Amino acid sequence: MHGFTPLSSLLGGALIGLAISLVLLTHGRAAGISGLWAGVLRPSSDRTFRVWFFAGLIGAGLVMRAIFPQAFGAGPTAPLGLIAVAGLLVGYGTRLGGGCTSGHGVCGNSRLEARSIAATVTFMLTGALAVFALRALS
Amino acid sequence: MKSNLVALAAGALFAVGLVVSGMAQPAKVQGFLDLTGDWDASLALVMVGAISVHATALRLIARRRAPLFMPSFQPRQTKAIDGQLLLGAATFGAGWGLAGYCPGPAFVAVGGASPSALVFVVAMTAGMLVHRQLQARARAVRSPSAT
Repeated sequence: MHGFTPLSSLLGGALIGLAISLVLLTHGRAAGISGLWAGVLRPSSDRTFRVWFFAGLIGAGLVMRAIFPQAFGAGPTAPLGLIAVAGLLVGYGTRLGGGCTSGHGVCGNSRLEARSIAATVTFMLTGALAVFALRALS
Repeated sequence: MKSNLVALAAGALFAVGLVVSGMAQPAKVQGFLDLTGDWDASLALVMVGAISVHATALRLIARRRAPLFMPSFQPRQTKAIDGQLLLGAATFGAGWGLAGYCPGPAFVAVGGASPSALVFVVAMTAGMLVHRQLQARARAVRSPSAT
């Protein structure tokens, strides 16, 4: 196996779980990134909270890039056209399916919700298929 | 103000978790999804770590009547598994595999000044708006008198 990083992945996951728990404790809602962003795009009662959350998410990226540039790896290898197609699929799919890796993958799965478990199995499978197709074509 | 600072801190903590875990490296994500190739299982542990912490915290938080800054907890979805859920998740998964980004890491990488992440986030936003337009149109067709 190549580049196996069990400890940092487990620790990073725990921090994500902590952030999601903090949002639940203080704001009483599931911190799914796609759902939070969709609520920034339309007038919503808790838009201020959402905007501050994204300021933290993006701002921390800025700070980490400054002090630890290798954290982001090499970046995506796909051409920009393919990245744009992927982005469209992610945007449309997460709204149709009501969540992404955080909303279904962490929030819903932590509650053992059948919808989230089904969604997680499904997006893992098609994600694996997409990578298989990419590898086969390149 | 306190509520906004907590939101800022939660977003930042989320971002640090994503970077530490490896989720913000598209090549690593694709290595995790590469089941038939040189499989890197690390990212399964991100979900293990996040769910362990959150499932435990959930139980403690559930004892409260209300969250700290809001009058009540938001109700969870109780819909059954349907075609929309599965089709949506399948579509999302395909995009995740192609780019190696899911929504959270893409925002963090925008902060990390990645041009591809910016393209991804703009396209993702467009995809969300397309979904909203189609939904509004479907509603208008179902109840033409409402508009």
